[in-house]
Amino acid sequence: MSPAQPVGMPAPGDGLIGSESVQAGSGKPFSLYVHVPYCSVRCGYCDFNTYAQDDFGDGVNLNTFADEAIAELDFAHSALQNSGAEITPLHSVFFGGGTPTRIPSTDLVRILHHAVSLFGLSSHAEVTTEANPDSVDEEDIQILAEGGFTRISFGMQSAVPRVLKILDRTHTPDNVPKVVRWAQQAGLQTSVDLIYGAPGETLAEWEQSLRAAVSYHPDHISAYSLIVEEGTKMWARIRRGELDMPDDDAMADMYLLADRILGEAGYQWYEVSNFSTDISTRSTHNLAYWHNVNWWGIGPGAHSHWGGTRWWNVKHPLAYSQRIRQQISPAQACEVLTPNQQHFEDVMLRLRIREGMTVRELQGQNQMSEDQLHQKIQWLEKQGLIEAVEPLNSRVVLTLKGRLLGDAVTRELLPE
Amino acid sequence: MSPMATHAPEPAATNPEILRNFCIIAHIDHGKSTLADRMLQATGVVTPREMKAQYLDRMDIERERGITIKSQAVRMPWEVDGQAYALNMIDTPGHVDFTYEVSRSLAACEGALLLVDAAQGIEAQTLANLYLAMENELTIIPVLNKIDLPAANPDKYAEELANLIGVEPEDVLRVSGKTGEGVEELLDRIVELIPAPQGKADAPARAMIFDSVYDSYRGVVTYVRVVDGQLSPRQKIKMMSTNAEHDLLEIGVISPEPKPTKGLGVGEVGYLITGVKDVRQSRVGDTVTSSHKSATESLGGYEDPKPMVFSGLFPIDGSDYPLLRDALDKLKLNDAALIYEPETSAALGFGFRCGFLGLLHLEIVRERLEREFNLDLISTAPNVIYDVVDEHGDARRVTNPSEFPDGKIATIREPMVACTIIAPAEFIGAIMELCQSKRGQLGGMDYLSEDRVELRYRLPLAEIVFDFFDQLKSRTKGYASLDWKFDGEEEADLVKVDILLQGEKVDAFSAITHREKAYSYGVMMTGKLRELIPRQQFEVPIQAAIGSRIIARENIRAIRKDVLSKCYGGDISRKRKLLEKQKAGKKRMKMVGRVEVPQEAFIAALSSSDEPKDKAKK
Repeated sequence: MSPAQPVGMPAPGDGLIGSESVQAGSGKPFSLYVHVPYCSVRCGYCDFNTYAQDDFGDGVNLNTFADEAIAELDFAHSALQNSGAEITPLHSVFFGGGTPTRIPSTDLVRILHHAVSLFGLSSHAEVTTEANPDSVDEEDIQILAEGGFTRISFGMQSAVPRVLKILDRTHTPDNVPKVVRWAQQAGLQTSVDLIYGAPGETLAEWEQSLRAAVSYHPDHISAYSLIVEEGTKMWARIRRGELDMPDDDAMADMYLLADRILGEAGYQWYEVSNFSTDISTRSTHNLAYWHNVNWWGIGPGAHSHWGGTRWWNVKHPLAYSQRIRQQISPAQACEVLTPNQQHFEDVMLRLRIREGMTVRELQGQNQMSEDQLHQKIQWLEKQGLIEAVEPLNSRVVLTLKGRLLGDAVTRELLPE
Repeated sequence: MSPMATHAPEPAATNPEILRNFCIIAHIDHGKSTLADRMLQATGVVTPREMKAQYLDRMDIERERGITIKSQAVRMPWEVDGQAYALNMIDTPGHVDFTYEVSRSLAACEGALLLVDAAQGIEAQTLANLYLAMENELTIIPVLNKIDLPAANPDKYAEELANLIGVEPEDVLRVSGKTGEGVEELLDRIVELIPAPQGKADAPARAMIFDSVYDSYRGVVTYVRVVDGQLSPRQKIKMMSTNAEHDLLEIGVISPEPKPTKGLGVGEVGYLITGVKDVRQSRVGDTVTSSHKSATESLGGYEDPKPMVFSGLFPIDGSDYPLLRDALDKLKLNDAALIYEPETSAALGFGFRCGFLGLLHLEIVRERLEREFNLDLISTAPNVIYDVVDEHGDARRVTNPSEFPDGKIATIREPMVACTIIAPAEFIGAIMELCQSKRGQLGGMDYLSEDRVELRYRLPLAEIVFDFFDQLKSRTKGYASLDWKFDGEEEADLVKVDILLQGEKVDAFSAITHREKAYSYGVMMTGKLRELIPRQQFEVPIQAAIGSRIIARENIRAIRKDVLSKCYGGDISRKRKLLEKQKAGKKRMKMVGRVEVPQEAFIAALSSSDEPKDKAKK
């Protein structure tokens, strides 16, 4: 099971956004996320809103998804217009899931085209889809590239069959270099996702996966430590004693290894878990989240944000589809962030990225006194958690040690 | 079978000949309150409809724990052979901490029911109270209770009781408070066996205070037993220990609610209300006389309550300090033995150093503060009073490790106790081992019956205030019972052990221990703290030291990973809430230098168990 959606206020059925948020968000970059909740298998560690079934009955299945997404796009467009929001051409589009490539590639393209027809597309926009190495062939990739996609992110996770099995991944490791090469040949940017710290995974096995990933020469590599969320199958197995909970110290060693091997191969970190060959190959879409700009999340369970208002859709595909058909907002609830909460999120997200935050930004709207902030910065610097900082206007950036203790640094730099 | 009394004798005009004053000596759980309930019902004082289980125990805590803290007295009519009698049942506290109060209750009676669970036999505290009653020359009526239990073994325990008090086993009454069986016979036996009180009706009034309770509506309600003369309403009375005078606003008996009367005469038991607001002005053991025609000699036996166990009480939320002060001020009104003074701890903030009669007294006060006043408290490890003389010959009394002199010590004396332990014989070895590890000296051993022994030990009080009773219970599968009384002071080789976190002394963990035990205390406490304090962003050394000499050391390794690896659009709200929660949790931490110590660590480290509660947690 994926975790319950956050508790929020009731979301308006017409999808209108409050005037303060409309104003705050107007003119800022606008991104689109499309959540495809279909998967062939549900992995033991997965806590996303995904379903290993293709048909939910009542005419809701993976072939009707494109029409539902298109209907929500129309709804989004009119809701934003009726709210008086100033919409800029799409800055990035990201299809995630689930496994977006479980639905026909032509459907993905159809959704993209409809979005572009409504909102437009900025000239350097990034359009990404996630893909399972086993669920795309050369033809699919060709269709996506010709349809306007610029980037594919492959869920590689590991190069070691034993580790893949623990993670319930069904793909053949040998397929990864093949699909990456096809994508590269089609002129797409490529990314591979890796997961470390699976129960029982050794440092040597992790090194093997890292070396394999860099040998395919993708533009971008994400390396996530496994998070075992309560309620997942893996969590239950750990609780029953069938698997060992991954150890934080071992995870730390794995992260250090990743930073070294990826660095040697020419990949630089630009976010705690993300590495790229250079600035141009960073993920525009993910950076949009960390800069907390505007995005609309299409699909069951997807989250959206505009100028300090967040909302999230109902999770179940059937409930989602019913709302969409009745042309009422699929949002389950929403929250309007206070200035303090916005500052909180700012610090929490921006510290994750390589540019960090300026001291002035950290101060917020006087959420913390200068003296207090400087004391904290000095202390964190002394602990080796942030880079050397000169007072005022300079930036606070996590060191390698600091990246591993990012949440502790964030808590320290948040106002009391 | 006797009928209920048709005419209850009138208070203030009752011939002492038809009075019977008695108390019940029993161990916790042996069913005293249930039996008392039955007697109230049988005598018609309480109708079944009014029956609240365990009517006599007024406070919630008492009811829940089944312990009677404050004694009260109920007047019950009973008729034997057509003659109406008035029985005064004086309820006694059942715990060792309240020995003095027990002794005063006993002094108010001519007889006592020795009530013992027919499935368990006599316990150490009951035995101690029985000896006290025998010293007071009370008539003892042995009673086995709970004979309805399947596990009851009345023949065996009747034999045990008969041996103890020198009667025939057939004389031991068998009752069931639960079913009511044997209760009427018991009431008859009380009338038959317990002597009527004797006193001089025309002498100046003398009444002994055996209890004193603060009531928020009425002020202090004082329970007395009149020995000589007569007390009447609106009379001026005098407390003989202080010569303080009060107006007698109300006088009456409890039956079972207070009923004002025209007074109390020789041998009668009842209550007085004078309008004073603090039980210290109406002390247990004091003699009440009339101002107008004062007695010249008090009844004797009065003692000031002596706190023996000390502990610091600190509010977990520092801003609750004024509430704690007010709460203690209120509790004091009803507890003449409770003393306290402000204390400041570097680790725990502002609080109070409190003195208690014993450990149960400490627990009860703490629980009342938490429950009735809604306070969250940390209590430091209990300690005793030490008389310390330093190398310059300066003497001081130390009730707090922080007052322990830093320089060289000439002598230290610590309070001792005489302990009685009763247990099945199979546990002798385990008990001896425990007592030896607590610096105990064996005083003697007797078999009460074939398989039950009484062991007598002399031990330092400090060794029993921490976890002695818990350990005794666990080593004897819960069968052992314990009683103790103070037994002077003795010189001992004691040192103060300090605990340091990252080089900073944490006063709350300092302890005064025997030199031979300093090392094990140091190892135990540093080990506990290593388990309880979460890893920080830096390494934290934990040391135990005597003066500047380090005797034990542990290390908390620095935490290496504390970051969520993924944070995308759908994670933001959840992640913010998680961080907000963590941040709020951080506020509840106590800072020792830069080290964040959770409140739970203080509580768990100061709790009496040897092992940290959650060993799995890192």
